[in-house]
Amino acid sequence: MQRNSVAIVGAAESTHMGKLPEMAQIQIHADSALNALADCGLTIKDIDGVATAGHNAVELAHYMGITPTWVDGTSVGGCSFMLHVRHAAAAIEAGLCTTALIPHGESGRHWIGRHGPSIFPSLFQMQFEQPYGVTRPPTMFTIPVMRYMTDYGLTEEQLAMVAVTQREWAGFHPRASFRDPITVDDVLDSKMICYPFRLLMCCLVTDGGGALILTSADRAKDFPTKPVYIRGTGESAETPLISQMSDFTSSRAFRVAGSTAFEAAGISHGDVDHLMIYDAFAHLPIYGLEDLGFVGRGEAGAFIAEGNTRLGGQLPMNTNGGGLSYMHSGMYGMYALQEGVRQMRGTSPAQVEGAEISVVHGVGGMFAASGTIVMTNVA
Amino acid sequence: MSSDGRVIPVPTPETQHYWDGAKAGELRLQRCTDCGHIYFPPRPFCPTCGSRAVEVFTASGRGRLFSYVINHLPSPGFTPPFAIAVVELEEGPRLMSNIVGCPQTPEALQIDMPLEVTFERLTDEITLPQFKPAT
Ligand SMILES: [Zn+2]
Repeated sequence: MQRNSVAIVGAAESTHMGKLPEMAQIQIHADSALNALADCGLTIKDIDGVATAGHNAVELAHYMGITPTWVDGTSVGGCSFMLHVRHAAAAIEAGLCTTALIPHGESGRHWIGRHGPSIFPSLFQMQFEQPYGVTRPPTMFTIPVMRYMTDYGLTEEQLAMVAVTQREWAGFHPRASFRDPITVDDVLDSKMICYPFRLLMCCLVTDGGGALILTSADRAKDFPTKPVYIRGTGESAETPLISQMSDFTSSRAFRVAGSTAFEAAGISHGDVDHLMIYDAFAHLPIYGLEDLGFVGRGEAGAFIAEGNTRLGGQLPMNTNGGGLSYMHSGMYGMYALQEGVRQMRGTSPAQVEGAEISVVHGVGGMFAASGTIVMTNVA
Repeated sequence: MSSDGRVIPVPTPETQHYWDGAKAGELRLQRCTDCGHIYFPPRPFCPTCGSRAVEVFTASGRGRLFSYVINHLPSPGFTPPFAIAVVELEEGPRLMSNIVGCPQTPEALQIDMPLEVTFERLTDEITLPQFKPAT
């Protein structure tokens, strides 16, 4: 792929987020898509490519009135939208479509008009993991962390600081679910969910959506919005079984997706002005910072606790408050992408002044898959 | 699923030997006879080299506590809080387990503590390998 040959021209979240008992899941998709179309001055008839996850892409295309020449139903969990951006950029560059819509809508809290889990259940997970009492993500995603804590000395206080730091960022965002400041003690005193994880180290469960519209960089110049160019991308997968991760202190999928994206973008870590790392749980930014190569192995807990990722720090990260404080419908990747776009447009309520490169890194399943997008506002 | 809602494994032809072994009180793994790789979960070829020349053997049943959580959320068939662990076997592979025969506390559950296999009968057909502190 050529750098910056495709741009995000339309981006919007659902009109409301949080609790949407009045909307079926597909309508949350549509609401988000219509907002993204309005954002860039297009109509649904301008869309000839569509990609989504967690919902049937065909049903979505029909519901929206789209006649696509390119359809992508890649569904690998919450980072599916990073993969869609990557695939859409390739499709546009290859001429498979001209204008791609990537909508996300999830009735994550109310389960209205929702068929089932957002990713296919794994046969092996049902056979070799679920009989031991794993149920929802807090009982699985957290399992490697004790190994990490033992090997590298990560503390519960450092884990808590991830949540504290992100709540500071959420305070800037009127649309964030939780905005009131919290302390390390608040986190460590919150309800035990799955030792060593307390409630405030776990993501929200909300309803909501978002959508992106991509087209070629040549056409992007004619849009009312500031183009956000796709400079580099990466994706990978490891295993649907948390017990079979090859390294409990590092995600292979993160490392492959991240290094692929950085190489494609031709950037080094010092070039990155803004970073989003999908945070379904407090340890994910820690794994992400290390696996993307921003810090050495075992260093990310201290890096965050020392304030490097907060306002005024050298690496502003998860500036919307993340899945821990902003919103998390189940497939959070779309919201990380939206904040990356806002930062590149210069419109985030927590704007990083002068930011030119944003890296948005997602996880799918429990370290099962990953996608990384390097965005820039410099053509 | 059992009557209390607990998920009961459903073997496939490729995994039947593992469940037959558990029912017979053996923890069975597979080894590639071409490259020597020992692996889990079961499949009739080697995930390292792709060879179909693989054999089933009985593992020692010894391992160490590689990582765990203590789950406080409700889980059908279980009484929280209870440990969900990953055991690293002496032979190399890791697998999920509960840790039975000891308190479900951080004090009793020490990372790297030696463990040994035991077996929990779930139904007439399915027995589940479990791990307990090594004696
Ligand atoms: Zn082999």
